[in-house]
Amino acid sequence: MTGESWGLLALLLGVTLLCVKPLGLYMAQVMEGAPIWPLRVGGGLERLIYRLCGIDPGEEMGWKRYAIALLAFNALGAVLLYALQRLQYFLPLNPQHLSAPSPDSAFNTAISFATNTNWQSYTPETTMSYLSQMAGLAVQNFLSAATGIVVAIALIRGLARHTVKVIGNFWADITRVTLYVLLPIAFVLALALVSQGVIQNFSAYKSATMVEPVTYREQATNAAGDPEVDRTGKPVMRTVTTRTQILPMGPVASQEAIKEFGTNGGGFFNANSAHPYENPTAISDLLEMLAIILIPASLTYTFGRLVGDPRQGWAVLAAMTILFVLLYSLANYNEQVGNPRIAALGVSEAATALQPGGNMEGKEARFGIAASTLFATLTTATSCGAVNSMHDSFTPLGGMAPLFDMMLGEVVFGGVGTGLYSMLIFAIIGVFIAGLMIGRTPEYLGKKIESFEMKMSAIAILVMPFIVLLGAAVAVSVKAGQAGVANPGAHGFSEILYAFTSAGNNNGSAFAGLSADTPFFNIALGIVMWIGRYWPIVAVLAVAGSLAAKRRIPVTEGTMPTHGPTFIILLIGTVLLVGALTFVPALALGPIVEHLMLWSH
Amino acid sequence: MKTILRPAITLLLVMTVLLGIVYPFLVTGIARAIFPARAAGSLIIENGRLVGSRLIGQPFRDPKDFWSRPSATRPQPYNGLDSTGSNLGPLNPALTDAVKAHIAALRAADPADTAPVPVDLVTASASGLDPDISLAAAFYQAGRVARARGLPPARVRALIAAHAKGRLLGVLGEPRINVLELNLALDELR
Repeated sequence: MTGESWGLLALLLGVTLLCVKPLGLYMAQVMEGAPIWPLRVGGGLERLIYRLCGIDPGEEMGWKRYAIALLAFNALGAVLLYALQRLQYFLPLNPQHLSAPSPDSAFNTAISFATNTNWQSYTPETTMSYLSQMAGLAVQNFLSAATGIVVAIALIRGLARHTVKVIGNFWADITRVTLYVLLPIAFVLALALVSQGVIQNFSAYKSATMVEPVTYREQATNAAGDPEVDRTGKPVMRTVTTRTQILPMGPVASQEAIKEFGTNGGGFFNANSAHPYENPTAISDLLEMLAIILIPASLTYTFGRLVGDPRQGWAVLAAMTILFVLLYSLANYNEQVGNPRIAALGVSEAATALQPGGNMEGKEARFGIAASTLFATLTTATSCGAVNSMHDSFTPLGGMAPLFDMMLGEVVFGGVGTGLYSMLIFAIIGVFIAGLMIGRTPEYLGKKIESFEMKMSAIAILVMPFIVLLGAAVAVSVKAGQAGVANPGAHGFSEILYAFTSAGNNNGSAFAGLSADTPFFNIALGIVMWIGRYWPIVAVLAVAGSLAAKRRIPVTEGTMPTHGPTFIILLIGTVLLVGALTFVPALALGPIVEHLMLWSH
Repeated sequence: MKTILRPAITLLLVMTVLLGIVYPFLVTGIARAIFPARAAGSLIIENGRLVGSRLIGQPFRDPKDFWSRPSATRPQPYNGLDSTGSNLGPLNPALTDAVKAHIAALRAADPADTAPVPVDLVTASASGLDPDISLAAAFYQAGRVARARGLPPARVRALIAAHAKGRLLGVLGEPRINVLELNLALDELR
């Protein structure tokens, strides 16, 4: 690993650590409705929304009611997004006159964005109108992020409160997170991104006359505009020379900001954050990475603050940071080593003062190895799924890194809210295991962990591996699944495994060679995304409700501290053990065997 | 059920207006006022004609121009409507074939040069629209470009140095150069 690779990591983590306390404290104050100035400034709008919607913010809900409100709100969001896509041809802000995506594609996209996955089986440039992007996709970017955060807040309340039946008001929680956290910071970030060159306009696509003409072969079309084939069914090709380059336009920055800040990850363009109009400079890249990590990291402080012991939050953050550095080194080291088969052709892959070297297939020159692998680790360790390089073209072990990040359940910082609540579930499982080892009743933050919490925690953790492995197994067994594979051999298996891992964890990144815009993948992955999102959420809310109702037991000599190094190691061990035991066999069939083949000559 | 459905529907509609309409239009208005050129796409206009964008790469194949990185967009390279990488896996024979073809084209344009080829010059970018090449890839091509244009090599190298971008704070960004801007500057030289 180069000094620059370590330096960039240090810069990212350094700035993040500086922001954790102020942002974490701010989010705690927002969720408690503390009398701070932003809440006074926005109070008028907040109260207006409550009045319009018939919401009484003071009326708190039990966990079941909270869960039903959440599910109803998310389901309606998916329905609205489906309708917007299917009707986009008849709606305004569609200067390219794009027609509706197919029903299975629109179904997949609606679920994908409502569940914070942002898996994209479509090519945005030629599929989505500006209205579908901003009023459909971007709105779900905000609301799915807010949904994740309020579930984490509900779980924190469950730990912080005692002997009550309620965990908060879902409508007020969603409104506050959106108005005071997501919207203002996304707004500032959007303008900062425009300052770097991210576009923000409503014009139709531009037609440029290039410096040099380009000559290429394409399939001819007949008078009706359909692709032409000869009598044997082979496509008729023709040679075309053109100097025209179409430049896509659109309101990108406003969507880009919340795409990262809400760990959503759905690109305005097909190439996502590798596209120069989404991520033009090294500074925009750093801003986007910071946007991805800030809420998940800061929520650990919010947690510590709300349970009345900030050390608890720092311990969770420490475990996340240690895991993150390990995962980043795995990706960075392997990508910097490069591809021996390409080096053998007389290609220089050495890192010098003039080039990043390494494996540059599917990477941008401005990002090189350091910024590409850091982004790849961050986007899969959280639930973001935006990419600034193409993971499908990573070296076998370099590509296994983002895959394994997701398989750990996205708890290394994790998605906004989802990362914290999933990590707290691991903490509950960790103290349970420790309790078994030392022969005491397990407890976490003064709450006894009993059979109901363990059942719900087990569901929350095990649903993901179950649907990921089952889905991948079905896909490799049927023709419709095998048909999507782009690369031969073990890598093709990795493509399918990656797709279901990404969907089951609501990540959204891809080994993008897979042709996923087929009814089979659209529907299968849609179902996996839905289950992977809402089953754990309901289980977590159940834990929250159950913990809130418990008495708090006082700390004694026998209480295991949950803020020291022992606990941090226990937590890391639990995460690695569950992830490794579940997925190592599958990884052995994909990236590991591919690695052995790559270096076997 | 009504106590759930009414707030669910109305809150979704209110949020759609606020986050989906007001927010993007507000950002657009302010962006247009303070960063008009960047919000519009960093377009390059010469003699009243749109030549391209300084952020979006273009294909170059003429020996007198600096070549961009390979692009996997279809059907033609650097197609602005199909931003994509090749997505070829590291063991895929199609990847080594593509790299071989790019090396052969570079060698054919400059048979005297037998130095190892910088890796970014023969591998497809992530977006297929990469506007940059590494400085190594620029200096690798400097001799060919100077000969084809009848310029002293030192002058071409000086031009590269003048347009080069480095690492901010030592860590942000890679040593690189914008190919379209470099070629346009070359045309200005004579």
